[in-house]
Amino acid sequence: MQRVRKGRTSLRLLKEQKWLFLMSVPFVLWVFLFNYVPVWGWTMAFQNFRPGRAFGDQEWAGLSHFAELFADERFYMVLRNTLGMSLLSLLVGYTVPIAFALLLNEMRGKVFKRSIQTIAYLPHFVSWVIVAGLVTKMLSVEGIVNELLMLLHLTDEPIQFMAKEHWFWGVVTMSDMWKETGWNSIIFLAAIVGIDPELHEAATMDGAGRFRRMWHITLPGIRPTIMVMLILSIGWLTSIGFEKQYLLGNPIVSDYSEVLDLYVLNYGIKVGRYSYGTAIGIFNSVVSIMLLLISNGIFKRMTKESVI
Amino acid sequence: MRLAAVKSGGKTTDRIFMAFLYALMTLVGIVTLYPFVNILAISLNASEDTVRGGIYLWPRVFTLDNYRTIFQYSNLLTAFGNSVLRTLLGTLAGLFSASLIAYSLSRKDFVARRFVSLALAFTLYFSGGLVPVYMLIRDLNLLNSFWVYILPGLVSAWNVFILRSYIDGLPYVLQESAKLDGANDLQIFAKVILPLCKPVLATIALFLAVGQWNAWFDTFLYNGGRTSLTTLQYELMKILQNTSASSGNSGAVHGGQELANRVSPESIRMSITIVATVPILVVYPFLQNYFVKGLTLGAVKS
Repeated sequence: MQRVRKGRTSLRLLKEQKWLFLMSVPFVLWVFLFNYVPVWGWTMAFQNFRPGRAFGDQEWAGLSHFAELFADERFYMVLRNTLGMSLLSLLVGYTVPIAFALLLNEMRGKVFKRSIQTIAYLPHFVSWVIVAGLVTKMLSVEGIVNELLMLLHLTDEPIQFMAKEHWFWGVVTMSDMWKETGWNSIIFLAAIVGIDPELHEAATMDGAGRFRRMWHITLPGIRPTIMVMLILSIGWLTSIGFEKQYLLGNPIVSDYSEVLDLYVLNYGIKVGRYSYGTAIGIFNSVVSIMLLLISNGIFKRMTKESVI
Repeated sequence: MRLAAVKSGGKTTDRIFMAFLYALMTLVGIVTLYPFVNILAISLNASEDTVRGGIYLWPRVFTLDNYRTIFQYSNLLTAFGNSVLRTLLGTLAGLFSASLIAYSLSRKDFVARRFVSLALAFTLYFSGGLVPVYMLIRDLNLLNSFWVYILPGLVSAWNVFILRSYIDGLPYVLQESAKLDGANDLQIFAKVILPLCKPVLATIALFLAVGQWNAWFDTFLYNGGRTSLTTLQYELMKILQNTSASSGNSGAVHGGQELANRVSPESIRMSITIVATVPILVVYPFLQNYFVKGLTLGAVKS
């Protein structure tokens, strides 16, 4: 009896909320198809996968692709590049926007401040294809950067920025800074605006100067935002993508430009070694989840809060 | 009051700081804008004159030949059309899916709310990876098809969550009174909620449109062999990669020899870059307020 009634109420609910179901469930199925089904594709890493064969007919390979991966010297180079460039971009893509937001907040002229904001957010909306083109142009032998360096007598002959492998990480990091600093500062600027102005007034009364207020009030005021953004970016360390590296790189600098996703592209998809490519992808996902959990754990211990 | 207090103490250091601050910000502005101005100038300058160098802020020998050439001789018109089409369709489809899901998630009484929400949140942190997604697209027969630009990314969890937190902020009374008037959920959504969401819908539309317009990798990976499905960013990418590989020598430009003979690869690159940038530059200032609000809203919530 009880069960029947319960069944009836859920049926009634289903009928009552049919529009809500129709609005969301088809899309959830969609998400399952395009975001969850690929996870099933991870099985490819443990097979000698051949396209066109049924799942049951695939030849199983155990962990041999992983063994091959860890034995490949190039893999460690690629891993070094991935971590190196993401640490650099974490460092710069993090401190510079905070500094920029702090400075922007000190500006008084409204029109000038707004114009600078508008200009600084702009490059975020331009594609990496275009930014790579601009960077290559500006850093070329007859580009403006070399012209300025020569004018200031900092160098006697033009520097071939794009052909120096040891400079590649720097070029990528600087391009990233140019493109994203303004955009990344929005979130910190919003946090700064949310700080109680009375704190500043009280500190001023006590004789604190501009810099002491920035250090003792503004920075601590946006600490929660800083922490959350930091944890999130640590989780994304290995998933820096490859757009910048692909677009800015060239064969001369490939020892320093190749990152994990590019490695998948070159040694997985392009030559049809799908199983090997999948193994790299799995390694990438596992590392980034580990990093996310570790950084979240440290954060939890420090502040007794959790981001994820 | 704050200003007055500051002025009474440390006047000179403050002046120096302000001078430094404004100088620095001016520099930031110049460094950000100069590359755009420079390529615009080059794209409007006669090709044979550009080779001599020395073009900075404005063209020396003004001409529209570069633009005429790129649109005449390459498949740039097809690419432009495809880019516009994917931007329009992708934005509409994305808005449609995000707003429907967001509304159902905003309803506290919806039984499947937690399930839908979790299913979406998972996708923010996790993806199958390049190869499995590629195999799926292949199995679904989406290789060499226009629909690969629209379908795989139809649902974006991020946009859904931004929109939901906005709907959560609307007064619930509106929905209740509509319900008393006998409206069903679809009607409440379409007639009460959606009109109130215009600002946040504008934000999301901007994100979607920019993402679609700037995408090149899907063309590269899935549709690289079909010239009829090419996009503007992909064409630009090919041209930039080609010329940088041959270290700026002429002749290697994609799109035919006759093109390279008339104008230099440099001028071609700069004009296509401008064609790919201008739509964003035109739309951007009008929507600036919207996206700043949308971004902070989403971030506070997450």
